[in-house]
Amino acid sequence: MTPLLLSATTATTCLGRGLAATRSALREGRSGLAPCAFETVELATWIGEVPGVDNERLPAPLAAYDCRNNRLTQMALETDGFAERVRQAIARHGRDRVGIFLGTSTAGILQTELAYRRRDPQTGALPADFHYRTTHNSFSLAEFTRDYFGLTGMAMAISTACSSSAKVFAAAARQLALGSIDAAIVGGVDTLCLTTLYGFASLQLTSPQPCRPYDAERDGISIGEGAAFALLERADGVANTPAAGSVLLLGTGESSDAYHMSSPHPEGLGARLAMQAALRSAGLGTADIDYINLHGTATPANDAAEGKAVAALFGDRVPCSSTKGATGHTLGAAGAVEAVICALALTDGFLPGSPGTHRRDPALPIDYLLQGRPAHPRHVLSNSFGFGGSNCSLIFGVAP
Amino acid sequence: MNPPLTAWLEGVGCLAPGLPDWPTARAVLRGEQVYAHVPTVLPAPAILPPAERRRASRVVKLALAVGLEAAAQAGADVAQAGADVAQLATVFSASGADGHNCHALCEQLASDDRQISPTRFHNSVHNAAAGYWGIATGAMAPCQVICAYDASFGAGLLDALGQVVVDRQTTLLIAYDSEYPEPLFATRPVPDCAGIGLVLAPDRTPRSLAQITVRPTAAVAEPLADAALETLRIAIPALRALPLLHRLALGEGGSLVVDYLPPMQLSIALQPC
Repeated sequence: MTPLLLSATTATTCLGRGLAATRSALREGRSGLAPCAFETVELATWIGEVPGVDNERLPAPLAAYDCRNNRLTQMALETDGFAERVRQAIARHGRDRVGIFLGTSTAGILQTELAYRRRDPQTGALPADFHYRTTHNSFSLAEFTRDYFGLTGMAMAISTACSSSAKVFAAAARQLALGSIDAAIVGGVDTLCLTTLYGFASLQLTSPQPCRPYDAERDGISIGEGAAFALLERADGVANTPAAGSVLLLGTGESSDAYHMSSPHPEGLGARLAMQAALRSAGLGTADIDYINLHGTATPANDAAEGKAVAALFGDRVPCSSTKGATGHTLGAAGAVEAVICALALTDGFLPGSPGTHRRDPALPIDYLLQGRPAHPRHVLSNSFGFGGSNCSLIFGVAP
Repeated sequence: MNPPLTAWLEGVGCLAPGLPDWPTARAVLRGEQVYAHVPTVLPAPAILPPAERRRASRVVKLALAVGLEAAAQAGADVAQAGADVAQLATVFSASGADGHNCHALCEQLASDDRQISPTRFHNSVHNAAAGYWGIATGAMAPCQVICAYDASFGAGLLDALGQVVVDRQTTLLIAYDSEYPEPLFATRPVPDCAGIGLVLAPDRTPRSLAQITVRPTAAVAEPLADAALETLRIAIPALRALPLLHRLALGEGGSLVVDYLPPMQLSIALQPC
C-alpha cells in the first residue's frame, strides 16, 4: 500500500489522559490496573478504569448521545489537541472529505444494562430517557463523532470484537487509496460494562490478579477501557510531504481463523496469515521489523497461539511485548491504543516492557521484553485478534 | 485521477419477509409475481457442524443463507467446490447484533443472578455471524464487520468496493438485520429478519450479471412503486439495497440511488451484462 501519514494521535486509558501520561507510564513500566470496583460489579478481577469519564459533559445539542462510551470518546477527542487537528483537516479538505472509521465491541451497551434495571413494572418498557440509537448501537460513537465535528461524508463503525480498531486502519486506508476521502478519523473506544466483565468471567478468561501476558503462569485477562484516535492522511501530496520522523502506516493485513468463536487457532494460523499479509502490504520482510506489539491478552490459549505464530515467522530475533499489563485489555479499543503505543515507540525510541509479567513462558521462544528499553525501531508491527477468529496486523514506520 | 468505485456483480442472495430467495425477489421486482407478505423463514444452516448448528441464532442462519445463495450464483458453491467460497473476502454489515441474545443478557444482568452463559456472551459480539461463516466455510480470507445503523448497507458496500478495487479481491457483501424483542423493539422497531448478499469482483467473468459504479450524491432514493416493498425498504436497513436489486431484476441500465448517511447518499450506475 501507499504509506499514509498519522498526522495526529491521542490515547486515553487507565494509564492516563493523553500521550504524555501514556508515554511516562510506559517508560516507568507502570500499570494502571486496580481491583475491580466498577459500578455494582462483584468480581474478583482487576480492571483498567479511566478516571473522570463520568465528569465529561456532552454539548447540549448532542445530549441524546450521553453515555459512558461517548463521554470517553469526547474526552479523548479533546486531548493532545486532536480535535483541533481534525478541524484543521476539515478546513483543508472539506466536511464531506474527512471520513470516520471507529472500532468498538460494546459501544454504549452499559446504558441499556442500566435501563433494564428501570423497566416499567407494569409494561416492561424501558425508561423514556433511554436512547438506543445514540448510545447502545455500535455506530453510536461514529455518529457522535460525525455530529461533534459537523461532518457530512462517509462514516462507519467496525465491530469485530478485539480486532475492531486495528481493522479501521485497513478500511480507512482503502478509501484513502480510492480517493473517496482525503483524511480519516480512525480509532476505537470501548468502555467498561457488565456484559464484558461478567461475560469474560463466564468464559473463565478473567484473571484474579493483574494480567501477566506471556508469563509461564498467566491465567487470564484484565479488562480495561480506552479511547485512541489517529488522523490519517495521504503522505504523498506535494503540500503534505511528511516531515522526517513522522509516523506512517505502511501496511495492513487481515485474516480469519475459521476455527472457533472464542478460542484462537491453536497454532496461530490466522495470526500468521495476518502478519504475512501486513508484511506484503508494506513491501517488507520479517528482517525489517524491529518491534512487535503483541495482542498478548494473557490467557493461556491466546498467548500460546500468537507466540507460536510470531516464533514461526520471526524466530526469536524481534523484541516483542504486550502492553496489556499496563493498560488492561481495552477490547475494541485495543487496536487503536496499541497503534498509538507503536507510534510512541517510533518517535520516542523506546520499546515498552510488560508490567505484571515476571517469568517468560519458556514454551514460547520469542524475544519477549519484560522491561522497556531504548532502541531505534524503524518498522514496528502491532497485532490485534478477536472473537470469531478476526485477525488484523498493522505495520508502522517513520518517514526518512 | 481517482479510480472509480466499480465492480462486477457476480451473484445475488436475498431473504426477506415474502422474498425467500433471489429468484422470487427478482420475479416480484419485475412485476411478474405479486408480493405477498409472510414472515421470513430462516433455513437451517446445513453447512455448520452439528454443535454450532444447534447454537445458530436467527442472525447466523440469515447471514449464512444470503451469503451462500450469492456465492453459489457466483460459482463459489460450497457443495461443489469448498475451496472457492473460502477464497471470498467477506464484508458483513448489520445495524445490530443478535437482538434476542442481547435482550436475554441485559435481562439477566439486571437480575440478582448475573452469571451469564458463556455461549450467550460469545454470541453477543457484532461479528458472531461472521465468525460462524468462517467456521462453516473454512474461509481464512479477510472478513470485515460493519455497523452504520440505518446506513449499514451503504457502509458495507463502500468497504466491499474498497477491497474489490484496491485489493483486487472478489468480495462477498452480506448485509443483514434482525429484530429485537420487547422492550428493545419499541426503541428499535426492525420488524423481521432480512438480508442481501452480493458477490462483487474486480474483473468481468462469464458469470457477471452487471457492472456497478458508485458515486456520492445528495439525491435521495426513489420510493419503490410497490407500497409493501417500500415499507420494507424503510423498515429494515439491509433492504435499502432494494432499488439496486429492482434495477438488476429489470435488467435495465441506468442509475439509481441507495440511501446511505444523509446528506451523503450513493448513486449507483448499473450496466447489465
